[in-house]
Amino acid sequence: MRLFFGLLLSLLLTACAGPQLRGSGDLGLIIERASGRVTLVDTTTRQPYARVDGLGDLSHASAVYSRDGRYAFVFGRDGGLTKIDMLEAKVVKRVIQSGNAIGGSISQDGRIVVAQNYTPGGIKAFDAATLELLSEVPAEYAPGKFSKVVGLADSAGNKFAYALFEGGEIRVTDFSNPHQPTTQRFPAGSQPYDGLVTPDGRYFLAGLFGEDGVAMLDLWQPEKGARKILGKYGRGEEKLPVFKMPHLRGWSVAQGKAYLPAIGRHEVLVVDVATWKEVGRIPVRGQPVFVMARPDGRQVWVNFAFPDNGKMDVIDTLAGKVVHAFEPGKGILHMEFTPRGENVWLSARDDNKVLIYDTATFTRLGEIAADSPSGIFFTARANRIGF
Amino acid sequence: MLSSRLVFALFWVLTATAGNAQPTIAVEPDAVRQKELVRLVRQDCGSCHGMTLHGGLGPALLPATLQEKPFEGLVATIYYGRPGTPMPPWKRFMSEAEAAWIVQKLMSGFPQ
Repeated sequence: MRLFFGLLLSLLLTACAGPQLRGSGDLGLIIERASGRVTLVDTTTRQPYARVDGLGDLSHASAVYSRDGRYAFVFGRDGGLTKIDMLEAKVVKRVIQSGNAIGGSISQDGRIVVAQNYTPGGIKAFDAATLELLSEVPAEYAPGKFSKVVGLADSAGNKFAYALFEGGEIRVTDFSNPHQPTTQRFPAGSQPYDGLVTPDGRYFLAGLFGEDGVAMLDLWQPEKGARKILGKYGRGEEKLPVFKMPHLRGWSVAQGKAYLPAIGRHEVLVVDVATWKEVGRIPVRGQPVFVMARPDGRQVWVNFAFPDNGKMDVIDTLAGKVVHAFEPGKGILHMEFTPRGENVWLSARDDNKVLIYDTATFTRLGEIAADSPSGIFFTARANRIGF
Repeated sequence: MLSSRLVFALFWVLTATAGNAQPTIAVEPDAVRQKELVRLVRQDCGSCHGMTLHGGLGPALLPATLQEKPFEGLVATIYYGRPGTPMPPWKRFMSEAEAAWIVQKLMSGFPQ
């Protein structure tokens, strides 16, 4: 009798067991660059919970999230744009939107996903719900000449700021009418290689490769045009060769100062964001690639270009210097902080691992196996401007 | 320096005369070094040119895109870099003969 009730109970429970409810705020994904796959992870248990295949060429890939943190939009190198349901761990929709893409962003209202492309040079807007093409803006900077688009960043009012590598321009495209976007153009300088928007969404900065300095546009007063800051930086000094371009996205402001990767020097630039003047340089152990502040701004973590890509330097923003230098693994390509910064996850491409560290003690808490891991993207990005 | 130039010149002559066929060259890197160079090209050159060599911020490095370009110019581009562009010199990490081996492989279809 007891056995019978037991059986009945378990049957009933099975029948009632719909999908288990859970939030998505502590989830994320890891790009496995060589295998066209993402590993979905839980940052609370520090474990992977699913793998999603069939995303094409992810050798250079990035992701943004829907504002509810449920869906990831992954931009692949081959122009693939894939929408992934983080809870059901499956591909919802996938389109090939260009020949060679570099990344993308999502609009302030979460309704438009914009991809930035190298070939054909330009940006394309998609409906975030269906991935239907809404409109496209070719990066034509001279008659018949198209530029690679770099540094695409979202800003207020469903506008997107970006830069043109060959065109030497900053552009702001307004998608308030997503079918009929309007674009403003601003001369920026020689060879902008990447861009970023400040955490408040006010300033768009484009790093210049072809000349010293950084081009800056005040998105609150675009009519004033782009101006150059840090123009005197490194003048007259021989530049070191750059074996990998720095990435500016992910950069943030800490304690009223911005920390930027220098280009052609083994330094992190410190800039006062009230005056946009250089207020210091911090020597580090290589050409910085990512210079990322912990969410509270107390620390700035730095990884490096080849051949120093096994090293990590941690800057204490109060001390203004590197306080921890270590070699966590081989081919450290990217890092991501947990939403409030108690942990950082590092991808060690050549060790086929993602390493998890405590940011207060620098002790290793765990690791996750992944095939040539590169970008790590947590759902907390859903609520941050410029991510 | 002289000897490496000589080796390079020899390599170039052999490659140039052999056209697209696989030349048999005495200076071909050994198997271990070949593997390292392939990895370097795919992973590190790949930062700009793409891991699949279809291009990125830097141009594609596929046989079709390279076939019109002069062999020795490509070798010099790898070894010395190209001032005025983001292409850095790679001479710290390889010999000129190794750069020539890379170009030859790129022009005929690069190994995985």
